[in-house]
Amino acid sequence: MRERFKRKMQTSGVFRQLLAGPYIVWMVAFIVIPLLLIAYYGFTVKTDDGLRFSLSNLTLIANPINLKALGLSLELSLISTIICLILAYPIALMLRNRNVGSDSFVIMIFMLPMWMNFLLRTIAWQNILEKTGVINSLLSVFGIKPLNLINTSGAIVFGMVYNFLPFMILPIYNVLVKIDQNVINAARDLGANAFQTFIKVILPLSVPGMISGITMVFVPSLTTFVISSILGGSKIVLIGNVIEQQFKFLGNWNAGSGLSLVLMIFILISMALVSIYDKDDVKGF
Amino acid sequence: MKTRRILENIYIGLVMVFLYAPILVLVVLSFNASKSRAKWGGFTLKWYGELFQNREIMSALSNTLLIALLSALFATVIGTLAVIAMSRMKKVPKTILTTLSNIPMLNAEIVTGVSLMLVFVAVNMKLGFNAVLIGHITFNIPYVVLSVLPKMKQTNSSVYEAALDLGATPVKAFCKVVLPDLMPGIVSGFILSFTMSMDDFVITHFTRGAEIHTLSTKIYAETRKGIKPEMYALSTLLFVSVLVLLIIVNKRNMAEAKKRKN
Repeated sequence: MRERFKRKMQTSGVFRQLLAGPYIVWMVAFIVIPLLLIAYYGFTVKTDDGLRFSLSNLTLIANPINLKALGLSLELSLISTIICLILAYPIALMLRNRNVGSDSFVIMIFMLPMWMNFLLRTIAWQNILEKTGVINSLLSVFGIKPLNLINTSGAIVFGMVYNFLPFMILPIYNVLVKIDQNVINAARDLGANAFQTFIKVILPLSVPGMISGITMVFVPSLTTFVISSILGGSKIVLIGNVIEQQFKFLGNWNAGSGLSLVLMIFILISMALVSIYDKDDVKGF
Repeated sequence: MKTRRILENIYIGLVMVFLYAPILVLVVLSFNASKSRAKWGGFTLKWYGELFQNREIMSALSNTLLIALLSALFATVIGTLAVIAMSRMKKVPKTILTTLSNIPMLNAEIVTGVSLMLVFVAVNMKLGFNAVLIGHITFNIPYVVLSVLPKMKQTNSSVYEAALDLGATPVKAFCKVVLPDLMPGIVSGFILSFTMSMDDFVITHFTRGAEIHTLSTKIYAETRKGIKPEMYALSTLLFVSVLVLLIIVNKRNMAEAKKRKN
């Protein structure tokens, strides 16, 4: 009887691992191979007698226009990440302290805007920020001259913060709600004031949430081409716009891939950061 | 203490205004009689009527919904099976699998989109509906894995073993004992996938070719020459129906929780 049970468990274990088959096949076919293909295109150039190995696509980044685009992308995405962090942390903390009930309710509030199309929401900001838009109309009531808000770097940062703020709030909130209230009470009992408790207990415990929030905001901000083309006008070019142009309009896939590879260096750095703090293990039934 | 509470409320209120202001703008625009979004031409319901006659928007809507539904279904099945498999794996293969699912989550959308396009072109597959669908399944799988994984951690192996001990086959034991525990994660993975697919622009932009439009790509194409007001009407309808649905579900959950307490 025991033997049979043991055998049953073992076969079910082997069988169960086979269930990962479709996942592995799918992820290799549509994640791993595509990335290898980008590397292949990125390291080659088209010549009259076929493809040839070359680093020229990667060095395209040194071209002043591309370098400026990359620099601006880094600057704006860094600024919007910092703003998101500053805005999101207090919100996450307040939601935690309030015991708003279910986590699903909190998630719902921040996910709900996504049901209005992302492009439309960004276009709506055009309406608000325009020369004749909502903000300037309000200002003119008070006799203030219209501000030049749209088609500036500031408008792009604004769009980034707007679109990605929920991705900063949710991971921080998720970490904060898991902090045991007893840990906080213990700190207070031992004489720490609210500020000390925050600096010494809550903040360190929330680092993993902050890291994951930072990457969830930084990477999409760094690589966007939609927000910049809607709110930045045609004069401000980010690295995402450069890459999109190469693929969609100029048809130079090798150059586009080379620039994508350069961009991926920054993405890899953030992925490495995440994996350092993500040491969770799955067990279960 | 009281002033602090008020300050907190003001802060939360401001962030909510920030998040929901553009939505309000779009709802208002859907009732605007003037075709230009720059000026208010009086209240009208005209766009809501014309919406259903607009064949282009209707076909974009059906593509969007179909892709969202199918991609969420496929992703839920593939992702859930993977999590079930992971629970019996040794540390190294498990880490490899979770890293695999982290790649599309952390990678730039533009890189994912472009790389998928390169693969489809390399195998001579025509860009279009199927290509978009494959793309959406790919970026949805990680959301399912991420939602189901925490539920899997909470399951208890001795309950499952007890079921086997009492004579249940592994499949039956799984369905009766483990699946109910995973269900909330599976459902939220499905909903998350559906939402992400509905809202996606970048992956669709690179994989759709010239044949099909989803709502996102249609809006993007119209950005320069001006969005058709019917589009505002449609998004208002979509938004309001989801809002109503969520309120109903939330109310029911609250009522159930109350009942359990009594």
